[in-house]
Amino acid sequence: MSSRGIADQVAIVAMGCTRFGERWDRSAEDLLLDAVQEALTRADVPLADIDAFWLGTLGSGQSGLMLSRALSSDYKPVTRVENFCATGSEAFRNACYAVASGAYDRVMAVGVEKLKDSGFSGLLRADPPGAGTAPELSVTAPAAFSLLDPAYCAKYGVDPAEMREAMTHVAWKNHRNGMLNPKAQFRSEVSKEKIADSPKVAGRLGVFDCSGVSDGAACAMIVRAEDAYKYTDRPVFVKALALAAAPGRAGMDPAYDFTTFPEVVRSAQDAYAQAGITDPRTEVSLAEVHDCFTPTELVLMEDLGFSERGQAWKESLAGEFDADGRLPVNVDGGLKSFGHPVGASGLRMLYEAWLQMRGEAGDRQLDDPRIALTHNLGGRPGSAVSFVAIVGTDRAPTG
Amino acid sequence: MTNGILGYASYLPGWRVDPRGAGRLTRVIAAFDEDAVTMSVAAVQAALERCGAVPAAGDRLVFVTSSPPYLDKTSASIVHAALSLDRGVAADDAIGTARSAMAAISSALHGRPTVVAAADVRTGRPGSADERGGADAGAALVIGPSTPQTPVIAEHLGGVSLTEEFLDRWRSPDTAYGSTWEERFGRSRYEPLIAEAVAATLDAAGLPDADYAVLTCPNAAVTKAAGAIVKRAVSTVGAPTGFAGAVDPILSLAHALDRAEPGQTILVISAADGVDTMLLRTTDALPTRRQREPIAAAAAASGRSVPYPTYLSWRGLLDVEPPRRPEPDRPAGPPAAREAGWKFGLSGSRCTACGFVHLPPMRACRQCGTIDQMEPAPVAARRGRVATFTVDRLAYSPSPPVVDVVVDFEGGGRSTFEVADARPDLLEVGAPVDLVFRKLFTAGGVHNYFWKARQVADLAGEERS
Repeated sequence: MSSRGIADQVAIVAMGCTRFGERWDRSAEDLLLDAVQEALTRADVPLADIDAFWLGTLGSGQSGLMLSRALSSDYKPVTRVENFCATGSEAFRNACYAVASGAYDRVMAVGVEKLKDSGFSGLLRADPPGAGTAPELSVTAPAAFSLLDPAYCAKYGVDPAEMREAMTHVAWKNHRNGMLNPKAQFRSEVSKEKIADSPKVAGRLGVFDCSGVSDGAACAMIVRAEDAYKYTDRPVFVKALALAAAPGRAGMDPAYDFTTFPEVVRSAQDAYAQAGITDPRTEVSLAEVHDCFTPTELVLMEDLGFSERGQAWKESLAGEFDADGRLPVNVDGGLKSFGHPVGASGLRMLYEAWLQMRGEAGDRQLDDPRIALTHNLGGRPGSAVSFVAIVGTDRAPTG
Repeated sequence: MTNGILGYASYLPGWRVDPRGAGRLTRVIAAFDEDAVTMSVAAVQAALERCGAVPAAGDRLVFVTSSPPYLDKTSASIVHAALSLDRGVAADDAIGTARSAMAAISSALHGRPTVVAAADVRTGRPGSADERGGADAGAALVIGPSTPQTPVIAEHLGGVSLTEEFLDRWRSPDTAYGSTWEERFGRSRYEPLIAEAVAATLDAAGLPDADYAVLTCPNAAVTKAAGAIVKRAVSTVGAPTGFAGAVDPILSLAHALDRAEPGQTILVISAADGVDTMLLRTTDALPTRRQREPIAAAAAASGRSVPYPTYLSWRGLLDVEPPRRPEPDRPAGPPAAREAGWKFGLSGSRCTACGFVHLPPMRACRQCGTIDQMEPAPVAARRGRVATFTVDRLAYSPSPPVVDVVVDFEGGGRSTFEVADARPDLLEVGAPVDLVFRKLFTAGGVHNYFWKARQVADLAGEERS
C-alpha cells in the first residue's frame, strides 16, 4: 500500500472535547457546539473564520445540516462522513487533506455521538434492508471481539487463565488512567478481582472488558503548517494519516486465525512510511489505540509493531504499556474508561495527544512526548476499517 | 400401475419437557428455532439421502401441516428452496389435519412422483392432555414408480375413505391450541367407521388381515382402544411419540417400516373427520433402505431437558423480559430473493481461476481479484470445524444466549453461524459441526429462516453406513 502522505503540511492549532458520559442534559447538537466553542476560544478565532467543516457521526445525525444548524454557521461547506468506529478519524483525515490541497486555510473536523438516548445496551446500527443472513445481525460487537480470545490462546499456547489476567490488566490500567482525567466517563479505579469477576457479556468478556457506551463530542482546528504559529506557540504537526478498509476476506478465509487485524498492519505500515518511522517501539512517545474490548488492545500492540507476535499479553501484564511503562498506551483512559461515542472517539484520541504534547495533560502529563500515534478501528475481526495518525511537536525543515 | 413408497424418514427434535413436573421427560418438543418448515426440511433431507431419489422437473413436493408458519404465502416453496430442488418441481401446501397427509399420500400414489413433507408443532393449552400427549415432529415419504435404480420399498395394495362430520376437535386459525368434545363421544363415532373401512380395505385386497395395523387418531380414547378396535397379531398405536398432528400417519408408518420384514403388509388407518386407509406390502428393498435411526430409538432417547417455563416462552405462552437490545429488522423481500441461493440453499461461490470459496457467494474473488468467474459452491451437506467461538449474552434472541461459531468447511470456505441446540461447554477450536436449517427470529410477521451450525460431539462416531 502506498500513500504519498502530507507530512508536516498541516497542523492542529486548537482542539475541543466535551466530558464524555451519560449526557442526559445535552443533545448531540449541544455536544458538538460545546466542543467547537472550546476550540475556537483556545485559538481565539471566530466561527466565521473557519472555511469548511467535516462532521463525523455514525448515526446521531444526518448530512452537514446537523452541524450548520447547531452552530448557525454561515453557508460554509459541511461534509458529513461515516466509517464505523473510525468515523471521527475519518473526518479529521479528510479535513487535513482539504487544507493540504490548498483549497482552504482553516478547517474544523468535528466528531459527535449520542448513544445513551436509545435506552439500549451497546452500539446500535441502522442497516439497509437485507436478507437477514449477515452475521452482524446476530453477533454483537463484544461477541465479535471475544472471538480473539480463544483463537489467541490456541495459536500461542497461552494458558486461558494467563490470557484472562492480561485482559484484566488492560481494563485495570485504562480505568486507572481515566481516574486522572476530568473528562472521562468513568473516573474510579477498579480492582482486578472486580474486573475478572464481572458479569459475562460475550465469551469470556465481562462488563469491564467492554468500552463504555457514552455521549460526547470532540473537534480539531486544522491550518496550513506554515500558518500554525499565528494561532498558537505549540502547534501539533500531522506526520501521517493512513486508512485501510478490509476487503472482507479474512471473515471467509480459513487462513485467517483471529489473532490479528490485517487492516491495522497495513495502515500502520503506511503511516510509519509517511512519517519516516522505522522503529515504532522506540520512536513513538505515546499511543492512543482502539481498546474497544480488552483483547483488542492486546492484539493491537502486535499489529502496530509495539510487541512481537505472541508477546503482547506478556508485555501488557508486565506493565510495559502502563502510564509509567516503556510506551504509555491510552493514558487518557482509552475507550475503556473515557467512553466511546463513536463519531467522537478518533478526535478524542487526538485531543489527548494534543494535550500531552503541549504539556497540558495535568495529573497524567507524560515526560516530554514528541511523537504520538492514534489508532481507530471500525468493524470487527475479519472485516474492519483501520486508521492510524501520527502527530508530532516538531516540523521537519522543508526543502 | 400405481406408485409405491421409495423412501421415508422421520425427524424428532432433541428436546424434552416434563409438563407435569413428574420427573419424566417424555414430551418431545421442537426447539424455539424449529417449526413445521424446518422439521420437514430435516426429514426430507434424510429421506432423499437414504433412498437416493432426486426429484426432477414434473415431480411434486407437498408440505403437510396443521401448524403452518404462513397463510397466504406457500411454505412448501421454502422447503423446496432449502433443499435446492429443481425449479420444475411443483411445491404446494396441504394445510389442515392428519387427513391432509392421507390425502397427499393418496394423490401421490395415483399421480406423479411426490415428496410428502409433513411436520407439526403440536401446542397444547398448558396443563392439557394435548400438551402432555402430543409431540412435535417431522416426517417425509418419497413416492414414485419403481425403477431398477430405486425400487419401491413398499407397494400400494389399496385403501378406502369414509367421511363423516361431527364435532370432536376444533381450533380457530388464530389460536395456538385446540379444544375437544368429550372423548367418548368421538370414540362412539369413530369405532364403527374404522371397523367398516378396515373390512372394506382387506376384502378388496383379498386378505384376511394385515401384519401391521397402524391406527392414528387425535382422539385419545380411540387410540387407547386400538387393540380392541383393530385386532391384529402385530399392532401399534400410532407413532411411539404421542400424537403429532398432521405428521402422525407418516410417523406411524415410519415406525412400521422400521420393523417390518420384506413381504409383510402394513395397514395405515387414519381416523380424522372420517377414516382413510392405506394398505401396503413391503419389498425386498426395504431392509437396506430403512431410515438410519428407528423412530422408536429416537423417541426413547433421553434428549435434553428444557425447563417448563422456557418451553412456554418458546411457544409464546409466557412473555419474558427481552434483552436490552433492539429487535432485529424483518428480512426484506428483494434482497432475500436475490440471495436465495445462499439464504435457503447455503450455496457460496468458488472462483474458477484460483479455487477460493466465498461464503456467501461473491462476484469479486477475495483471493485473486478475478471478477465474475465463479461457480456455485453448496456447503449445506458439508461438515466443518470450529475456527473460534463465543457465547453472546447481549444479542437479541428468542432464547438467549446466542452461541456463535466461525466454521471452516471441509473442501474450503468459511462463514459465521449461530449454533443450533448449543452445548457451549463442549465448544472448542477444531470441534466438528454440521449445518441445519432453522429460524433465526421472526420480525414483522416474517420468519427469518437460515442455516445454523450444529455441534457434532464425535465426528468419527457419527460416520455410519
